[in-house]
Amino acid sequence: MENANFIYDLLGKNTLSVILVVILPLLFVLIYALIAILAELKVSAWIQERLGPMRTGPWGIFQPIAEVVKLIQKEDITPALSDKLLYNLAPFIVFTGAYAAFAVIPFSESFAPSGINLGLFYILAIGSISAIGIIMGGWASNNKYSLMGAMRSVAQLISYEIPAAISILSVVVLASSINMQEINRMQSGWFWNWFIFGGPGSISKIWIVPFTMGLSLIYFISSLAETNRVPFDIPEGESELVAGFHTEYTGIKFAMFFFAEYANMFVVAAILTTIFLGGWNSPFGSFMQGPVWGAFWFIVKGFTIVLVQIWIRWTLPRFRVDQLMYTGWKVLLPFSFLCFLAISLYVMLK
Amino acid sequence: MVQYFKNIWSGLSTSLIGMNITLKHLFARKVTIQYPDERFDLPENARNRLFVDMKKCTGCLSCAVACPVNCIKIETLRVSPDDPDKEFHPNGKERKLWVTKFEIDFAKCCFCGLCTQACPADAIKHTLEFEYSGYDRDSLIYKFQTLTPEQASEKVRLLEEFRAKENFSKTGTASARCEQKTDDNKKPE
Repeated sequence: MENANFIYDLLGKNTLSVILVVILPLLFVLIYALIAILAELKVSAWIQERLGPMRTGPWGIFQPIAEVVKLIQKEDITPALSDKLLYNLAPFIVFTGAYAAFAVIPFSESFAPSGINLGLFYILAIGSISAIGIIMGGWASNNKYSLMGAMRSVAQLISYEIPAAISILSVVVLASSINMQEINRMQSGWFWNWFIFGGPGSISKIWIVPFTMGLSLIYFISSLAETNRVPFDIPEGESELVAGFHTEYTGIKFAMFFFAEYANMFVVAAILTTIFLGGWNSPFGSFMQGPVWGAFWFIVKGFTIVLVQIWIRWTLPRFRVDQLMYTGWKVLLPFSFLCFLAISLYVMLK
Repeated sequence: MVQYFKNIWSGLSTSLIGMNITLKHLFARKVTIQYPDERFDLPENARNRLFVDMKKCTGCLSCAVACPVNCIKIETLRVSPDDPDKEFHPNGKERKLWVTKFEIDFAKCCFCGLCTQACPADAIKHTLEFEYSGYDRDSLIYKFQTLTPEQASEKVRLLEEFRAKENFSKTGTASARCEQKTDDNKKPE
């Protein structure tokens, strides 16, 4: 395994460089979360033909900072009858789950915090940690709304993990690699080499294009469900459950849940970018291709997907619980199996 | 089975239709008015804070009577014929009543506009002014009288002097009290 990490190349592998490698994605997540919160506020406002925050800084761009400061200042409440240890631990476990996924995300040709060979498998495995954190928080709150929200959330996470995993698996079959850098490298060249358009190969790949497109759609829909975003936000459906699993959380601990949600949004966007949209590859062949441009393209693609998630949030209403389960088990799962079979057949015959 | 595919198709296509609609709204002209910085013109007949033109006000109390929430408090005083500074209304008629107190409590006012309709002299009117909130309720009691308390007590003194003189010239001091009462209702010459 070659070392795809410019920090190790520059400083060698010592304590300092390891800390730097760990901190760099965290910095990215912090800045990204602020931008995403602002985008959420602004896009929701614009869709409703409002202006959104306009008073904090020019065009309200400092609003997310004000919101974070507000959340930090708030009183930190632990309900008297809650399980103190689990209650206080839960938000941090959820965030750990979200942040741990950043360990293998290939930001650029020469920067992935860890270039392990099992990248995609690792993300699938680590993504489920947040489910533990959510049910921990919901149950430890000792509140029926929290518990119900947590149970719904976990039910949803587990159901939608399967179509998501199968769509990732299909790409693994197509690319015959689980290394995210390797998958990215395969998709270099023009945008028709991306796996959403069937990946690299001769013109005969044309008949799997509908299947790969369908898979990317299936992955996108299930990723919405995995991050508890609208229209799959029944775990926090305020009309039924007050706020779901984080009903009792205040201040910094609520902020951690909030932060984890936004981090998760980027994680799923990054996976989608990596496996379907060419990752750090430029869409135009060798034009604007390179390590720095790679980071640019990766973040642009990832952020575009985050914007689409926000756009969908302010368009679609929330599903009912049975509709959610129907969509997951009876629609996405069979279709993902179908696409998986088709792609396997293609790879077998190739 | 056909229904199953139809449902999936309609689910996907209607989501796209919805997203198309929100996309259009995303770039539409925003309706928000950044209020303190920009504002729109109120219609001319907007009913906001009242203003009383005390030159026109005859002290007839029509507005106070018409007010459904009793937010107008008026006290009047007859103008003594001996008053050195006589005043004329803008329509040329002489002032017959001094308005020593004309207070409107805007904390109570419901902006119904009945007082403006009742006013025979067109003295009380709505303005376009609506930004007058205060930190306590007393700051919302607006005093429209033009006479200072000193001037008002001067007018009271003048009237009393006049009445005393009148009573003295007419009859004795015995019936003075009785006379004085009817005097209030009697129209001055």
